[in-house]
Amino acid sequence: MRSIPVNAEVTPQGPAQVLRLCGLAVSFTTPAGVVCAASDVSLQVARGECLGVVGESGAGKSVSFLALLGLLPPNARVQGAAQFCGTELLRAGPRALERLRGAAIGMVFQDPMTSLTPHLRIGEQIAEVLVHHRKLSWAAARARAQQLLTRVHVTDPAHRMAQYPHELSGGMRQRVMIAIALACEPQLLIADEPTTSLDVTIQAQILALLAELKREQGMAMVLITHDLGAVAGVADRVAVMRGGRVIETGAVAAILNAPHDPYTQALVRNAPRLTASAGVTQAARGQEAVALTLTDVSVEFSVGARWFGRAAALSAVNAVSFELRAGESLGVVGESGAGKSTLARAVLQLLKPSSGRVVWMGAALGELPAGELRALRRDLQIIFQDPLASLDPRRTVGEIVAEPLRVHAPELDAPARGLEVDAALRRVGLPATLAGRYPHELSGGECQRVGIARAMIVKPRLLVCDEPVSALDTPTQQQIVTLLAQLQCESGLSLVFVSHNLALVQRLCERVLVLYLGRMMELAPAQSLYARPLHPYTRELLSAVPLPDPQLQPARLARALPGEPPSPLNPPSGCVYRTRCPHAVAVCQQRVPAWELAGGDRQVACHRWREL
Amino acid sequence: MLRYALRRLGGLIPTLLVIVTVSFCIVRLAPGGPFDQEQTLTPAVRANLDHLYGLDQPLAAQYLHYLGGLLHGDFGPSLSQRDFTVTELIGQGLPVSITVGLLAILLALVIGIPAGIAAATWRNQGADHGLTLFAALAVALPSFVTGPLFALVFGLALHWLPVAGWERGAPRYLVLPVLTLALPVAAYLARLTRASLLEVLRSPWIRSARARGLGGTRVLWRHALRPALLPAVSYLGPALAYVVTGSLVVETVFGLPGTGRYLVQGAIDRDYPLVMGMIVVYGALLLLFNLIADLLYGWLDPRVRHE
Amino acid sequence: MAGSTRVCGMSEVLAAAQAGLWRRAGRRLASARGTRLALTVLILIALLAVIGPWFSPWAFDQLDWQHLAVPPGHVAAHWLGTDRLGRDLFVRTLYGVRLSLLISVLASLVSLVIGVAWGAVAGFAGGRTDEWMMRFVDVLYSLPYLFIVIILTTLFQRGSIGVLLIAIGAVGWLTTARIVRGETLALKRREFIEAARATGLTPAAILGRHIVPNLLGPVAVYATLTIPQMIIFESFLSFLGLGVQEPHASLGNLINVGAQEMQSAPWMLLVPALFLVTLLVCLNLLGDGLRDALDPRER
Repeated sequence: MRSIPVNAEVTPQGPAQVLRLCGLAVSFTTPAGVVCAASDVSLQVARGECLGVVGESGAGKSVSFLALLGLLPPNARVQGAAQFCGTELLRAGPRALERLRGAAIGMVFQDPMTSLTPHLRIGEQIAEVLVHHRKLSWAAARARAQQLLTRVHVTDPAHRMAQYPHELSGGMRQRVMIAIALACEPQLLIADEPTTSLDVTIQAQILALLAELKREQGMAMVLITHDLGAVAGVADRVAVMRGGRVIETGAVAAILNAPHDPYTQALVRNAPRLTASAGVTQAARGQEAVALTLTDVSVEFSVGARWFGRAAALSAVNAVSFELRAGESLGVVGESGAGKSTLARAVLQLLKPSSGRVVWMGAALGELPAGELRALRRDLQIIFQDPLASLDPRRTVGEIVAEPLRVHAPELDAPARGLEVDAALRRVGLPATLAGRYPHELSGGECQRVGIARAMIVKPRLLVCDEPVSALDTPTQQQIVTLLAQLQCESGLSLVFVSHNLALVQRLCERVLVLYLGRMMELAPAQSLYARPLHPYTRELLSAVPLPDPQLQPARLARALPGEPPSPLNPPSGCVYRTRCPHAVAVCQQRVPAWELAGGDRQVACHRWREL
Repeated sequence: MLRYALRRLGGLIPTLLVIVTVSFCIVRLAPGGPFDQEQTLTPAVRANLDHLYGLDQPLAAQYLHYLGGLLHGDFGPSLSQRDFTVTELIGQGLPVSITVGLLAILLALVIGIPAGIAAATWRNQGADHGLTLFAALAVALPSFVTGPLFALVFGLALHWLPVAGWERGAPRYLVLPVLTLALPVAAYLARLTRASLLEVLRSPWIRSARARGLGGTRVLWRHALRPALLPAVSYLGPALAYVVTGSLVVETVFGLPGTGRYLVQGAIDRDYPLVMGMIVVYGALLLLFNLIADLLYGWLDPRVRHE
Repeated sequence: MAGSTRVCGMSEVLAAAQAGLWRRAGRRLASARGTRLALTVLILIALLAVIGPWFSPWAFDQLDWQHLAVPPGHVAAHWLGTDRLGRDLFVRTLYGVRLSLLISVLASLVSLVIGVAWGAVAGFAGGRTDEWMMRFVDVLYSLPYLFIVIILTTLFQRGSIGVLLIAIGAVGWLTTARIVRGETLALKRREFIEAARATGLTPAAILGRHIVPNLLGPVAVYATLTIPQMIIFESFLSFLGLGVQEPHASLGNLINVGAQEMQSAPWMLLVPALFLVTLLVCLNLLGDGLRDALDPRER
């Protein structure tokens, strides 16, 4: 490793601590007073070691590390000590910090969509760092940049060099961010929630890359995350933060297997994991009537169609069929772009399917007159991904929850409605006093409970949940899923649960439908699907789930498959999954696999499911 | 890029046709005619005049005839200044109007954008407050107030500059009209640039650029400036419209031989070909300018490049 | 800034800004000294315009042959001097303010009503309807609109306030319609509108209960910023001799006459110009203040 002038003479010998925080405290001066974001944070990271920093949002994880790099807004006050290879960061001037940032300390941020400068080509952005810190010529810097892209496994690096950030997928952008951070061979890499906004399969790829870099470059790494699964795969030691303080530190195995602090215990207990025995067994529902039937439902969007020029048809959902019995719960899983949310909306006719039928209790929803469909909506409710966005910011919680009653039970007077609202709020575990508040005064979890209360107040018979917890913290996710399970159990409603989180789906759903590029890949009872996935894509999804198990997870990460979903505008011929499938053969390119019965209740679309 | 520009240029033709059609309708459907004010005309003479200019034909025929003329660059004869064709009249005035207008826009860009950048860089300091206050005032001042005031102060009171005249575009005669037109545009540009630069400086990619150790100057010029200029570029089209409007006033106040007077007087005189000619010429200019602004926008922001 | 999982950070901020909007906007408006001053001055000018002329013995078109073109302060009865015909400038200017304010407020209303209706319907209906409605706006936009207004005002009855209103309003609504449509489209994509549809609300109920209330903020800001534009517009037309005609006074034609006389009687330009500029600056300050107060990003 090349040494950096700043620390050349002060690097301690031996297994040096690269970074040592001592009693770091961060506070912000705001109009409302001084807000303490972190206090008494003491941590250290050694060379070749990865420290995982976990905690909920607002725990002070990011703030602490942004503080020592001098990246907080001017109203921040930072105290304590932060030694980086012998340099006291908190007393270093802005120039000295600038020389360290990007050179000796690399940083990767959460959102690769917005963390790259939109108007500069990828190659320029990587090369710029080398020109700035290493004083390379632009030509040399570009050559090095291309090597770096290869290093982080960006496909077709020569071509990528000339592309703009918006032309890359989220995963590719995050790789570019990592390449920039690595450009000057830093001693320390700080990754701030590097995988939070990515799909589970891409998450696994990025985490695998980080693990590989740590192993091969021998640099120190800080992985800030709320996901214990990510920590289990990459980190050597873990620090748990809560309310701006470090409450527990230790080796990753110790923390994940035998946590001491009650908070950590709860975190570990709630971490999503795939259990060997499925959480929900399929009830015997042979006698229950089929409530919802989808037959060959397709949804197409036309893109690029303006006044002149031809429109391209984007097939978001392609010939999806399934039946759902009364009281049954179906999970719909897949990566983003798989058409899960589109399917959820098509079921409720919030989007008109371009072909196919949705039949609810014998009524073809697509053929009903608007008025009858509106009346039927009493039975069919939905909760949304973004809990806050799904509530009208100008209405109080009480008004929001009462709205379905105004439509479907207009005979109720105001006091009667008020009573119903109180009851509905209590059922979802909220105090009735919340009725007078506005959505922005609530937390994300509370907002989602309000959304559930609004859906449940008219006693629906089908509840469609569109990624209901993906915007929430892990502990809150668990609470919401538990609430949904309990409501379903009490009221016997049918549930369609759309999620990219297979661990949550396992906890809630009896059957699971796997979608890829809008096509059905596999439909099976949860128990058999999780125990023995038939479709290679289902396997990839399952193996990408980050398990909070430091014994298993590093090896699972190492097996992460490369590749990203192709553009839905231009899907591959034959089996759409073949471009990523490790088992693809010639026939996969030529023919679309049939949707076959695979014993029991299982169905699968794969040419080779029998042999694999 | 060139093909895209050419295609967009071709796309302007239908819009221009719509402009011609709509304005033809508005102009011709209004009550009154070009020779109403000349009360000495006998009916026979009037009929002759109407016949001479084709005004006795059905409107549709006149419209087609007018379009045919336009294809050859012929705007027809002026009805009020009967010794001249509209092409000649506009040809005389247009260079004056365009010189003043473009100089004003250039001046506004040269003053406004750097001022906005400076204000954002030294946010909440004296210079920023002073500039913000000045811009708030300048934006509120219409050209028909500043024009006479400038003439009063710099011309009549201080005798620095001539109050009116053109003298083939001698710089001394250009200063006050250009300044009058440029001032509010510059102030608006400064405000736009300041606000958008402040917003861009708050974006995640700026933090990320700083996390790479890039210095403040480099971050500002390389990473922040281009996206921060987008609102200013979008404003170029409206700015030209503003300048064209203002030139009506400025040309009156400073006695410039531009095209502005043709429009008002032409409309009052019901000089159909002259009014139509003005609308077509300025409509085409505005469309062209908007197209340039669009292309510039695409250059600044790769996300909107090529449709 | 304190959070590390910024998953719903932005939407939180946005929604927070929307809901507590009026309360916080009110607080911020009250705390902004410049805005408060602007509002006070505006109210004073408006009051003066309404009741001021009563305190002067002169009528707006009354000729005083004894005092032609008297500068301000020279004759006790003519506080702000007289014009070339001996008409009292104080009364005439206040008359002009009154007329300018009246026309601009009415024209703003006209353009707001048309613009909000057009924009909200286009944005909410979407699809073909939206495309045709907005294409219509685009076409009107691409006309050199001021030319059209000038032609309208000259070709139809010159100086008629009705024509003036229609001409100005006809132009103003285009921008309103665009802004409102943009806001409506943005709102329509928000999940709470989808939630309302899923609840079974009729389109009209969604428009009335959820979309229009959420539009009020941006529209209020835009309305305050429209009025000064309309004042400029009206004065501009009057300045060109196309708007309000003599002997009636508007700020525009007063300034026009003043500009012609500025060599010999500069006060004839300065008095109405001063009123106009004060009015415009105050209205702009108020609009900016309101916009900042409603803008979630400004702290």
